[in-house]
Amino acid sequence: MSGRLETTFQRLRDKKEKALIAYLMAGDPGLAETEQLVVALEQAGADIIELGVPFSDPIADGPVIQQAAERGLKSGTTLRKILDSVKSLRQRTEISIVLMLYYNSIHAMGCEEFCKAAGAAGVDGLIVPDMPPDEAGPLKKPADAAGLPLIFLLAPTSTTDRRKLVAKESHGFVYYVSLTGITGSKLSNVGDVQDNVKKLRKVSTSPVAVGFGVATPEDAARVSKIADGVIVGSAIVKRIASYQQDPAMVEHVAEFVRSLKAAMAPA
Amino acid sequence: MSMLPDSHGRFGPYGGRYVPETLMPALLELEAEYAKVKKDRRFQADLAYYLKQYVGRPTSLYRADRLTKKLGGAKIYLKREDLCHTGAHKINNAIGQVLLAMRMKKRRIIAETGAGQHGVATATAAAMFGLECEVYMGTEDMQRQALNVYRMRLLGATVTGVDAGSRTLKDAISEAMRDWTTNVRTTHYILGSVLGAHPYPMMIRDFQAIIGKEARKQILAAEGKLPNYLVACVGGGSNSIGLFHAFLRDPKVKMIGVEAGGSGIVSGKHAARFSGGKPGVLQGTMTYLLQDENGQINLTHSVSAGLDYAAVGPEHSLYHDQGRIEYTYATDTEAMSAFDLLAREEGIVPALESAHAIAEVVKLAPKLKKSQLIIANLSGRGDKDVQQVAKMRGVEL
Repeated sequence: MSGRLETTFQRLRDKKEKALIAYLMAGDPGLAETEQLVVALEQAGADIIELGVPFSDPIADGPVIQQAAERGLKSGTTLRKILDSVKSLRQRTEISIVLMLYYNSIHAMGCEEFCKAAGAAGVDGLIVPDMPPDEAGPLKKPADAAGLPLIFLLAPTSTTDRRKLVAKESHGFVYYVSLTGITGSKLSNVGDVQDNVKKLRKVSTSPVAVGFGVATPEDAARVSKIADGVIVGSAIVKRIASYQQDPAMVEHVAEFVRSLKAAMAPA
Repeated sequence: MSMLPDSHGRFGPYGGRYVPETLMPALLELEAEYAKVKKDRRFQADLAYYLKQYVGRPTSLYRADRLTKKLGGAKIYLKREDLCHTGAHKINNAIGQVLLAMRMKKRRIIAETGAGQHGVATATAAAMFGLECEVYMGTEDMQRQALNVYRMRLLGATVTGVDAGSRTLKDAISEAMRDWTTNVRTTHYILGSVLGAHPYPMMIRDFQAIIGKEARKQILAAEGKLPNYLVACVGGGSNSIGLFHAFLRDPKVKMIGVEAGGSGIVSGKHAARFSGGKPGVLQGTMTYLLQDENGQINLTHSVSAGLDYAAVGPEHSLYHDQGRIEYTYATDTEAMSAFDLLAREEGIVPALESAHAIAEVVKLAPKLKKSQLIIANLSGRGDKDVQQVAKMRGVEL
């Protein structure tokens, strides 16, 4: 049971549309802004929000997201405060919100307490980039009990065995990493992505979303032809950083998201 | 041989493989390849050859008479890893892993380094086998260990400064992991300590276990009995597990791991994970970490760059919980006076890391009987630290 996420993908499928998944680092520059951004990006066409939880040592992330995490930590953002934010957002929006967080943030709160709190706050899924399915044991039960699908990542380096494992364990959607690298790298070989997504579909019934390296409306257009969802992270976070001092920051970022969604419109 | 870790890379609740999916295939490949070479006579013969003829093993077990007399208690032996080629035990692991990388047809080597000793050892092994080498190092450490930075460059390695976070070992490891994630098809990551995801803690322990295997034979030959105590410093924990491992099944041999007490535990400026940390996950492994209540990793401090790290090898965490190894710490001040003491009494300038082990010997030896034996691991020599020590004392060179 994946509640809002499942509904979102179903609704889009009916309209023959693809999901635009917009990444935001919670608390960058502050949680109040994050909440405004969530609402504005939904209006601009984002279908799912991937909310990053700032961590001091984000090994899967490139410099753009690393610096966003530093700003998030500097603004005093904690996991508990983020969950409070999601809770208050739920009075304004029904958009799907998945958390992207490193395992130590969960471990520090405790798997059970975290899942209960996240489920109650209205979180719709979890992406833990440093937790492959092999290590997910302790999180599975409490996540299930709280109705939180665990979304796993699959990479270009993944072997057939890994593909099967990830397909079996991933719920909500499968996050296909478009490139061998970290977030914010440049998208290179869309042909490869297409091949790998095809292979994945043979073993998985979940929707497939592609992320890492999707930076422009053109990238989004190309990837949307291949996958069920397009994840844009660093390109959004970069804009938030560069408009930090601008009172119209939220509008600028929304404008960019609008251009992404427009590029993904079915032909 | 030890049964640890289990097939999931677990030492009890510690260890594991907490890495991005992109790296999982490479870790599984490494684990499989390592399992093969462990039984491969040719590989083991090659390794033994380089350790003997190139590194200079076995290193001696030296009876430190003047130090023993000065402290007036137990008889003290020093395992002289400082006499290894490149000046520290790090080369034992670097040679092993370079041989492994070549078998996996990976021609590019990356490494992280704190004090620079692992970086130098890796650059050395890469040069000897003609492999491309890039070493990540925090910019704070590059300042403290300028000499080693230049040494690595002389050896043909590219040294890349890491300006993120605390600009020390932790950040260098994160950056090396990012490089590996990006270039995993062509590159082998030579991690320098018993840290990171499985199979690294196991494999590096095995490569370093030669220290204890030699020491065990040497002490039996010299004294006809096992030592009462083993003492070694613990950063990630590779020299200590290297010495301790061959004695783990000798219940009468007590073992003490010495962490970096920095400016003291109360000050918060230290790297004593077992005195101020709790279990969590950092850089691929579940282990004791210095972290805040939200799981953010704390900044650490030590006069010694090689001990200045927020996590400890997962195998140590298990032995800590079991009480098999006792963990204590030495402060910067204690390590500095041990550094002086060993130079003056024995004519050996120890690495600041190893000076932490000597500092514990200074406390321990006088409490023991003259018939009792201590082996301290002198994991590295202090040439790299001379400049920093002079600077700290306001001496211009």
